[in-house]
Amino acid sequence: MSHLVVENRFWDPEAERLSREDLTQLQLHRLRETVARASRVPFYQKLFEKDGITPDSIRSLDDIRRLPFTTKQDMRDNYPLRLCAVPREQLIRIHGSSGTTGTPTFVGYTRNDLETWSGLCARFLVAGGLRPEHVVQVSFGYGLFTGGFGLHYGIERVGAAIIPAASGNTPRQIMLMRDLQPDVLIATPSYALNIADVARSMGMDPAGLSLKYAHFGGEMWTEDMRTEIERQLNLLAFNNYGLSEIIGPGVSGECGVRQGMHLQEDHFLVECLDPDTLEPVGDYEYGELVITTLTREAQPMIRYRTRDIAALDPCPCPCGRTGRRMSRVIGRSDDMLIIRGVNVFPSQIEEALLSVEGTSPHYLIEVDRPGTLDEVTVKVEVQPALFSDKMSSMQELRDRIERKIHAYTGIHVVVELVAPKTLERSTGKAVRVVDKRGRLG
Amino acid sequence: MKIKQISMFLENKPGRLSEPCRLLADAGINIVTLSLADTQQFGILRLIVQEWEKTYQLLKDAGCVVNVTEVIATEVEDKPGGLAHVLDIIEEAGLNIEYMYAFTFRKNDRAVLVFRFNDPDAAIAALQARGVNVIGPVELYGNA
Repeated sequence: MSHLVVENRFWDPEAERLSREDLTQLQLHRLRETVARASRVPFYQKLFEKDGITPDSIRSLDDIRRLPFTTKQDMRDNYPLRLCAVPREQLIRIHGSSGTTGTPTFVGYTRNDLETWSGLCARFLVAGGLRPEHVVQVSFGYGLFTGGFGLHYGIERVGAAIIPAASGNTPRQIMLMRDLQPDVLIATPSYALNIADVARSMGMDPAGLSLKYAHFGGEMWTEDMRTEIERQLNLLAFNNYGLSEIIGPGVSGECGVRQGMHLQEDHFLVECLDPDTLEPVGDYEYGELVITTLTREAQPMIRYRTRDIAALDPCPCPCGRTGRRMSRVIGRSDDMLIIRGVNVFPSQIEEALLSVEGTSPHYLIEVDRPGTLDEVTVKVEVQPALFSDKMSSMQELRDRIERKIHAYTGIHVVVELVAPKTLERSTGKAVRVVDKRGRLG
Repeated sequence: MKIKQISMFLENKPGRLSEPCRLLADAGINIVTLSLADTQQFGILRLIVQEWEKTYQLLKDAGCVVNVTEVIATEVEDKPGGLAHVLDIIEEAGLNIEYMYAFTFRKNDRAVLVFRFNDPDAAIAALQARGVNVIGPVELYGNA
């Protein structure tokens, strides 16, 4: 994709290039405002009173550690909108999660919240090549999901033309692309690959479509997927991150350097904590992102535990943006395994398997504690390309996978090669982990 | 002079060997010989069959992990020292045996040794130079 480049432009150059000192001042000021706003929410009021927390008691950003955490369960307990800090009449939008993993959760927005949100989306869109003269196809669902409307208003703010294609009906999406020649695609990365597949089945070359840039979010994806999408659709792909509980897309996004997503730290105070001990992890180390909103009016969030695992990079970026960069989300802390005291994510094991050429991601992690020590067995389905009639080659393959997993996770596992299609596959999400520790018998 | 051998990945669990054998039986394919290498977890089944292409497709379609490799079959007298003689030649030629197995023909006093070498052509040349009878598919399947 060397012929495609992106010029380094800013939407809000002053805010995006605040010095660390100014940023810290601004964050502290806004954190106090957030504590004041949150004090109007009965849930926070009770917690603050118990710990003697008032806006004035926040002296430095380190005082964030005195504040209570907020979890998804707290949102469910305060269903539907009892975490709102403003009267109902001040809300002008309500978004929410689908509730596929439990009670749905809702988030309210004031007019200022929507203004802020559009501006945050505009920042990462412009960093990733969006210009007022562009045409953008939004293939995100429009609805309770924050992706569609969030990006829509950000694009509108920049002044580009929007094709609100929404999700689904892929042949129609491709027809729109063929006839309206959009420059930019907004979608989930897996949907982009689906578009390429369907285009080919319609006898079209997806690389011949007019797209130049794409902004992806809404699901976990990998660098390999980026390479694949860029090759198939002949575009530059940018990653962005956000979650509805905080605001939606716009918490962070990539610049043209594309080595991490700049956190929009003037609007969010982001911590990276060990999900087990809740102590901060070091720079570049993986931990759970814990986010405090700094400007949200309708629904301020104090130390929201995102469950998303990523690492933070404080190193200055050549683009000039001063927001620290976060890595891709590599997993969910709910999936985290603690093996002999080491935090391990199934996604790390998956990456190790992918790095051994030809190994499919069909695997099963079994954790057991036969005596006093945790033992991990990773069952991997053998692929025809890796099969050999020589026992020495097969044992070498198994050893190679074990070494890779050790390199990626720091733990020793036993790799067991199994026949294809013998590992359980559920219709939806594959079963990846069986934890037998603590079971009787 | 090389013989096609079908290899198949097997988990080391009860019943796993009978599945491919049942498939072949139902398709009317006769197994000339087989060998099984195994570890605690998994094994590799190696099969010599005349209809190797059909067998390969059959097992592959059944979802098995299979591949085809070339092995060398040599014929020796079925008597003490028959194998040792061939092994001496291989050792002198500096050839490395990946694995081997043996079986006897039904109707005469000959034994067949099946060898897997990394460089089968060099092995054939070395064995033939010392008068070892390297047999091809016609003789192998004709006598089996």
